Amino acid sequence: MLDRVSSAALDTFVASDQPLLIADGLSKRYGRIDACRGVSFELFPGEVLAIVGESGSGKSTLLQMLSGQMTPSAGRVSYRMRDGVLRDLAELGEAERRLLLRTDWGFVHQDPAQGLRMAVSAGANVGERLMAIGWNHYGKIRSVASDWLERVEIDTGRIDDAPRTYSGGMRQRLQIARNLVTDPRLVFMDEPTGGLDVSVQARLLDLVRSLVAELGLAAIVVTHDLAVARLLSHRILVMKSGRVIETGLTDQVLDDPREPYTQLLVSSILPA
Amino acid sequence: MTEATYNFAYLDEQTKRMIRRAILKAIAIPGYQVPFASREMPMPYGWGTGGVQVTASILGPDDTLKVIDQGSDDTTNAISIRKFFAKTAGVATTTSTPDASVIQTRHRIPETPLHEGQVLVYQVPIPEPLRYLEPRETETRRMHALAEYGLMHVKLYEDIAKFGHIATAYAYPVKVAGRYVMDPSPTPKFDNPKMDNCPALQLFGAGREKRIYAIPPYTQVVSLDFEDHPFTRYRQDGCCALCGADDSYLDEIVTDNAGTRMFVCSDTDYCEGRRAEGHTGSETTPMESAHA
Repeated sequence: MLDRVSSAALDTFVASDQPLLIADGLSKRYGRIDACRGVSFELFPGEVLAIVGESGSGKSTLLQMLSGQMTPSAGRVSYRMRDGVLRDLAELGEAERRLLLRTDWGFVHQDPAQGLRMAVSAGANVGERLMAIGWNHYGKIRSVASDWLERVEIDTGRIDDAPRTYSGGMRQRLQIARNLVTDPRLVFMDEPTGGLDVSVQARLLDLVRSLVAELGLAAIVVTHDLAVARLLSHRILVMKSGRVIETGLTDQVLDDPREPYTQLLVSSILPA
Repeated sequence: MTEATYNFAYLDEQTKRMIRRAILKAIAIPGYQVPFASREMPMPYGWGTGGVQVTASILGPDDTLKVIDQGSDDTTNAISIRKFFAKTAGVATTTSTPDASVIQTRHRIPETPLHEGQVLVYQVPIPEPLRYLEPRETETRRMHALAEYGLMHVKLYEDIAKFGHIATAYAYPVKVAGRYVMDPSPTPKFDNPKMDNCPALQLFGAGREKRIYAIPPYTQVVSLDFEDHPFTRYRQDGCCALCGADDSYLDEIVTDNAGTRMFVCSDTDYCEGRRAEGHTGSETTPMESAHA
């Protein structure tokens, strides 16, 4: 297992004694409904955390709050910037937050149409983040974009095609490339394999797993699919009715669930 | 009789004050789109309602007005707006670029360099340069506020990817005073360099979209581009058939059903001036031009 992890990833593991992201008592109320109640955890560099639970358990709300796109009703999210300083997301200015979201973070949406510009070419989709941080050389932008298409196994001959001509699996891979082009340290994924058929899912998961290991990325993956959690994540957080009811190492929680609800979730996987 | 019932330059004084405030704000923040309470004008949207309101607000009795439409003084839009102000404001009108104090234009900047004290008023259909890439107004305003202009380069990238060069030929985006990215209205990109460090004040009015923006005199205006695909001007490869100019922006005119065509200056005043000086083109003789 170790030899598959690159030295860059190893370095991050070694230097990961300080958490990258800290969630502290996050809560969100929609009127009388508690969507999320007192969620706290720490995420370390290079670590992949899965948030699982059924529909309506507060997973997506939590992800929105963690990625600074929604203000929590209570609690706070802190993130360790590249300079090593831990900052409260609520105290960042809008410009800083948006810069963070498109450089040091990635966000992979369940529906690629939300994360991509469907009408502009794949090359421009990947290059957009680079242009946003001031890249001003067409040839360089294009060659980086084509490198990334190769890495996510998209035929570089299709670099000038718009993603609306792509299949679902290709769109999702393109979305990943678009997010990773600025070397983010943290990627949020909202049901990255939702809506894809099983063989395409398998290929995408394989790709994500190798990229995460190669780049030493930290990731927070929201999913209702325990198989996705098992394949991708190191740690798992089980949510029910807005609360975290169980947390631990992925294999530990999935193989020996303590909570009755987790036991139910695990037992509801169809036998292979 | 009916003329006497118009207020000077058609608009009422309170409206003009409101528009002047928007103009002052626009001048103070070069390239920033200032919202204003655009009025109904006695002409359809798309015919220069924004430009007409700006002109009406800045016009004084001593001004001399010139109106051009695609460079020409004698097309419908130019003639009707010139008549409109001659009737409602009684100001002097001219077709000569150097003699005018206010020039309202649709999609061209005159070839004759502008001088200090002149005001160039543009008619703008769509003031938002990011519009076709980002349809949400709330989002584009935020992008302007935070100077997030990466998307503008996405458009230019697309051009190169599709056509091999930056194919945007008009409404070519510019950065004003190093801050705001602005749509210079659908002027051909040939005119973009004329906006840079121009001695005249440039005002832009969009009536339907209710926005006014400005470039103060002597302000830096840079056309966006890539290092390896720099901005280039574009003009038809040829000389004006009437005055022989090889440096002016040309219109291509089809002259018969067999597809015969000729190129003439888009700026009619410039062309007439040159012919009066004795320049000739392939379609004119010195005799003819002496008359013109």
